Amino acid sequence: MTDAPQKKPQPAGGRAGMRKELPEHFKAYRHVWVFIEYEHGAIHPVSLELLGEGRKLADKLGVELAGLLVGGDREELLAAAGECWEHGADLTYLIADPILEHYRNQPYTKALTDLVNTFKPEILLLGATTLGRDLAGSVATTLATGLTADCTELAIDDERSLAATRPTFGGSLLCTIHTLNFRPQMATVRPRVMAMPQREAGRTGRVVEHPLDMREEDIVTKVLRFIADRDSNEVQLAYADIVVAGGLGLRSAENFQLVKDLARVLGAEYGGSRPLVQKGWITSDRQIGQTGKTIRPKLYIAAGISGAIQHRVGVEGADMILAINTDPNAPILDFAHLAIVADALEVLPALTRAFSRRLSVNRLAG
Amino acid sequence: MHIVVCIKQVPDSAQIRVHPVTNTIMRQGVPTIINPYDLFALEEALRLRDRLGGEVTVLTMGPPMAEDSLRKALTFGADRAVLLTDRFFAGSDTLATSYALSSAIKKIGETWGPVGIVFAGKQTIDGDTAQVGPGIATRMGFNQLTYVAAICDVDTEKGIVEVERRAEGGVQVLQTKLPVLITMLEGSNEMRRGSLTSALRAANAEITTWNAEAAGVPDVQSCGLRGSPTVVKRVFAPTPRAERAEEIGKPGMSFEELADAAMDEIFARHPTVEADLREFAAGQQEEWR
Repeated sequence: MTDAPQKKPQPAGGRAGMRKELPEHFKAYRHVWVFIEYEHGAIHPVSLELLGEGRKLADKLGVELAGLLVGGDREELLAAAGECWEHGADLTYLIADPILEHYRNQPYTKALTDLVNTFKPEILLLGATTLGRDLAGSVATTLATGLTADCTELAIDDERSLAATRPTFGGSLLCTIHTLNFRPQMATVRPRVMAMPQREAGRTGRVVEHPLDMREEDIVTKVLRFIADRDSNEVQLAYADIVVAGGLGLRSAENFQLVKDLARVLGAEYGGSRPLVQKGWITSDRQIGQTGKTIRPKLYIAAGISGAIQHRVGVEGADMILAINTDPNAPILDFAHLAIVADALEVLPALTRAFSRRLSVNRLAG
Repeated sequence: MHIVVCIKQVPDSAQIRVHPVTNTIMRQGVPTIINPYDLFALEEALRLRDRLGGEVTVLTMGPPMAEDSLRKALTFGADRAVLLTDRFFAGSDTLATSYALSSAIKKIGETWGPVGIVFAGKQTIDGDTAQVGPGIATRMGFNQLTYVAAICDVDTEKGIVEVERRAEGGVQVLQTKLPVLITMLEGSNEMRRGSLTSALRAANAEITTWNAEAAGVPDVQSCGLRGSPTVVKRVFAPTPRAERAEEIGKPGMSFEELADAAMDEIFARHPTVEADLREFAAGQQEEWR
């Protein structure tokens, strides 16, 4: 499977995407849209984060920002529409139909492509969740337009084109991708990559309803059951205030316990870099970085992690990064705020003792 | 049942280096591997074949050297390998890739029997887009099942498949009809060791090599650079932050002193972290009572 970021930049000419002028029928495409992931009675936080980012893009373009809400219960969706307005949307397109109660690719793809073909947005953003990634690929293929996955930065260039930046080559470089001659310009963004916008209570907007025009008999795939996760650690890691993580500098799977010990004292979540998943030291839902979880904690402690770009983009949103590494030239020192240049195997237990001592002293004093 | 598994040959990402001056990828000497996520797809396909009968065809698109990955797949026990290679495919983005692959899968079906399941990994480790699987499903009109953790049942008589699919916050148990495209989640199975017979057979096997014309690709304008709506305008190394990390501690400090200094610095810079920790510690104390 060849992916866009694999190519080297090409000179203009030859390729369809590089033609200078946007084809006439795409010129009417206006406004920025965000697909709002609404499941089990709640909006996924990534959709609100995208509204914050979409607001900036829409303001730059001088256009409106819309949220797309599809689901089974009209009343619930109307309530969710209010939440979209308070996070920056000017309007919400709404498709309510019992068929859309649970996510299924076929009816959701139809809902989105119908909305796009009817109302013609220039930009469509989706969260890079399991749902968003399942859906975005089908929608982009159906619309035959460009889609850039897992963007870490979105901007509008001088020619009103969406500049979507993402890591490439296994995360060693960044690349900026454009969809010049096709509309809408589609992109997905992982949870926590963009900051959550301030909620503006009382901000209102419009609702535009649209029919699905599909019957249950038309849909081949049936949801037999949904088994909710007992351990919702996935959400906890991405949204934790403090995260402690380890890398190959820990030297063995047994030593990873030192990361867990510190995390326990801090009430923190723990994770690791990609090589640890590949070695089987931690499960993939604990992976931090571009291909794992993106985190924005107040405090991130990285022990024995060198800080490859794919890791960096997953943690750059942290308020404060403390790196523990024996190598004073490790790349992580280029983006961490504080560093201890020493062996993580010694520093981690010392930190665990220091924090538990400080917190218990204060507890007795208080 | 005839099963097609799409694989990709990728550089071993652990070994990629970037040239410090030119910011280009130093590909020389970087070993290539089968995209690790694709192995879960291949193993699942082989298991289904072993249980239900039929054949497994592996398919890849890439330069002629991608043959190595196909041969590797044959050593694991795949029955047939098809390499899709043509200068028309060079520079494909995900939309153009799914176009070429779905054309080839149609041709595979016409040549060796109708395809019931197309498997792919959940994503590649070099592109990380997860878009090509859904692209193939959409183009072929196959039912799409991504992030499948387990295949519960395949009823070839009735043409029904039941799977467990990883979804947000839980697992969806889905039932759908063949033909389907399935992308397998990592850890869903463990790759078998290839048998000696398979290895011997793979070493001498003939790999079917198709260019765009042989694969029956209807429109080469939809392939490669020409068929790719996305354009990479810039590739660059990230700029380091203006300041590097501040190093904590002085030479000769003990680890205890280092840890204390680090904690003081954290609390000084981010007071709410200290407040949060106090609250957490107090809560813990409550629990102990």
